[in-house]
Order: sequence, then C-alpha cells, then structure tokens
Amino acid sequence: MSAKWRVWLGGILLAAVIGAALYFPALRRQVEKAKDLTEKTAEQARRELLPPAPVNSGEPRVKAKMFWGSTANDGTLMPVTVELPLSSDPTLRAKEILNTLLAGPVDPEARTLPPDAALLGFYILPDGTAVADFSETLASSIPSGIQSEQLAVDSIIRTLQANVPKVERLKILIHGQEVDTLAGHVDLTQTFQVNGLGSEPARPGVSDVLAAPIKKAIEKVKGARKQQ
Amino acid sequence: MCSLALMGLPLGFVALLYSTQAISQTPTNPQTSAQAPVTAPATSGQTTGAAPAAPTPAHPAPSVGLNIVVLDPAHGGIDLGARGTEGIHESDVVLQFAAQVRRALEGQGFQVIQTRDGNENPSLDDRSARANAQRGAIFITLHIASTGLAGTVRTYVLPETPAVRDPSGLIPWDQAQAPFVALSRKLGDLVQAEFAKRFKGSPDTAQAAPVRQLRTTAAPAIAVEISSVSVEEREDLDRMIPGVAEAMAHGVAAFRPSYVVPAMPGTPLAAQP
Repeated sequence: MSAKWRVWLGGILLAAVIGAALYFPALRRQVEKAKDLTEKTAEQARRELLPPAPVNSGEPRVKAKMFWGSTANDGTLMPVTVELPLSSDPTLRAKEILNTLLAGPVDPEARTLPPDAALLGFYILPDGTAVADFSETLASSIPSGIQSEQLAVDSIIRTLQANVPKVERLKILIHGQEVDTLAGHVDLTQTFQVNGLGSEPARPGVSDVLAAPIKKAIEKVKGARKQQ
Repeated sequence: MCSLALMGLPLGFVALLYSTQAISQTPTNPQTSAQAPVTAPATSGQTTGAAPAAPTPAHPAPSVGLNIVVLDPAHGGIDLGARGTEGIHESDVVLQFAAQVRRALEGQGFQVIQTRDGNENPSLDDRSARANAQRGAIFITLHIASTGLAGTVRTYVLPETPAVRDPSGLIPWDQAQAPFVALSRKLGDLVQAEFAKRFKGSPDTAQAAPVRQLRTTAAPAIAVEISSVSVEEREDLDRMIPGVAEAMAHGVAAFRPSYVVPAMPGTPLAAQP
C-alpha cells in the first residue's frame, strides 16, 4: 500500500472515530428521552383513568393555608395563604386541598411533593381517621432522603390540619397499598396524628385500636380502584 | 437459662428471645446491657426470620457498659439510594464515610460492627437485628440526602412514643425503639452538637422524624443524614468525611456516661439521663 493510500485510510478512520464520538452521546440522550417519554405516557394513562377532581366553582372562595417548603429556611415548611372555592363537605374539601398542595406553589423550589404525583382517593372514617391514597409517583419521584420524605409527609399533615378539622388522623397509602416507607426512609405503616394531639405520629396503642377500621378503609380503596 | 423456644406466644411472635427467667438473672447494676427481649419480625418469611442470633448466656451476663457501635451504611445492592451529579450514589459514598467513622470510633475504644461492608442490601429488619443481638450497643444509620444545604449534617431520632409491652413482657419487634427513645434523643443531641461545631448551617440539636429503620431497633439509635449527593463535585463530599467521623466519635464518647439502661430488660427505664 502506497503512502498516499495510507494517509487516506488513516484520515477515514480518524473521521469515523470523531463521528462516533459525536454521534453516540447524542444517541444516548435520545434513548434516555424516549425512556422518559414512555414513563410519562404510562403515568398520563393512569391519570386519565382517574375521575376528574371535583370542581366547586359554585362554592364560596375561602382562605386556605397551604404548607409548602421554605426557600429561605432549608428543610422547613412555610404557610402560604391562597383563596380557593372549598366545599363544606370534609372529604371533598380535603381532596381539593390536597390537589392544590400537589399542584404546587408558584416557586417550584418550594415544592414538597413531586409535580407528577396524584391523589387517587381520599376517605374519612366516622372516627376521624382519614385515608389518602396517592399514585406511585409520590414514592418513586420524591428525592430520596429523610429530610425530603419528612417534609413531604409534614406538608400533607399540616395542610390538612389547617384546613380540614374533621381529619384527626391520617393513613397514607401508595396506589391502594399500605407500604413500609415512602421512599426508603419515612415510616408509612403508622397513622399520623393530624388534629387534636399535634402532628406527632399516632401512638402505637392508638394505632392498634385503629387497625381494624384502617383495614376496612384500605379494602374500600381497593374496591373503588377495581371498579375503575 | 436462655430460652429460644417460646411456647404459647401469639402467632407472629417468633423466638430468639430471652426468657423472663433468664432476664431476671441479669445483674441489677444500672450499667448493665441495653439488650432487651424483642420479638422477631411478624413477617417471618422475610430474611429476618433467620435473624438475630441472640446471645446465649449460659451464665448471668457480665455487667457491661457501652462498648459496641453498630454502624449501618444505608442502602446497597440494587438500591443505590440518592443519586446525584457526577454519578454519585449514596450507597457508595456512605461506605466511604462508614470506613472512616469506624476508624474514629475504634480510636475511642469502641468495637464497631457494620451492617454491610460491601455492596449488599440487608433488609431494614436485618440491619436492626444486628444491633438487637448485641449487648451494650448503640445503632447509627448513615445516609447521604439528595436535598438540603450542601455541607450540613442532621441527626434524627424517633419521636417520643410510650413503651408498649406485650402481655408476655416482651417488647414487640415493630415497636422495639419505644423504650430507648429518651436515650436515643440524648445520643442524638450529643452527636448533633458536634456536627453543629464543624458544619455551619447544621441544626444544634437532633430532630424527631419517623425513620422506619430506627423503629425496630432495641438500642439507643440515631440516623445521620449528610447533605448532599447534589454537590457540584464529589470532592465536596469527600472533604466532609474526616469532620463527620470525628464528630460522631466525639459525640458517642460523650454519650458513654449516659448509657444507663434498665437493670432488667423489658421493664421501664430505671434511670434516665
């Protein structure tokens, strides 16, 4: 092979290497984008199966206190007052409040819950125990950590505490199931005290007493989901 | 004297317990062990069914103070934990922190047991079981957050809950931490005070949070969370390692004199610091 051909061959090989170096990262980005799109589509499909959130435009607008994250003080919550048309029915009111909490504040930095999480169901038992059923996204999209998970749960509890006095305790389900933790850290096997005794987790003795009604409520959630 | 077979317990209460007879023979010295009789997890099908090899004292256990630290680098295996920039994974980084924390604690004269040394992922109950099987131990679970002010460290303890006793006198596995919450708070505050000295912006005291890992641990137990995997460069986290190790060793050493626990495990705390 002549020197001229060698130079040509070397040049072609060099061009191929440079081309691959430029093309493969772009290809990788496209694959990752396609993966995200598939996940979003699945989540969107799940949302579309849900009944639309009740809208009470006829209800009087009242001031509601929402607890989102504080951008000034790391790891804490800050109350924000917003005007909402809230139902007088505690269950509907709680749904409206939680949907507003999920929709998030004006400043996305102050979010406590993932933007694509959804409330799938909400029930209040006669003894004041409420069951909130969230989509899997709440668990899968929340930033991992004790602080972020605690902030998410606290924002739900304190927002309900401020706006729905009927809710005394709260049990959080993920996609109709009782789960061990939100995302590996914060304990969701317990019921959380909402009104009456502060926002500390329910005492174990109380949880035991509530075990039966909560199981019934979980069955109710599962039944409702099957019907959907 | 140590009975591992418990007859007549309700379904879901599995062995690996001291009989009350054995417990009654433990020394009444207030500096005795924090080892408490704990039921195994109700879900015996889990890996923890094989759980904590409870000590088998053929003779009354010697009086012991705090000498063991069970150190738990969180996550592992397929559970990467928090994921940040530059491919930083919490499950990797906590192992590096744990190695240096271990050396610092050993320098203070503690024996350190790690719940994992490599890329394994023991269940939460298995991790608790490592501490529940020890005498004279505390438990520290180590995390790196994906949020929080970079360069800060927080210590968490369980909120106050009344100790619940099974009619048999045993502490239910899922509420094993309840009798130790006050001691955990003391330990957490001491360790957090050391963090506050070294890492500006960290809280002065431990915070209460319902951390699942702590609930099943029958020993003074804290969770330490470092912020964060979202640092711009991995070196930012690496630079925190010596300070975290030193703070934890000093905090635990300061807690040693407070390690006053019930003379008879399973009874209400005889003395609180």
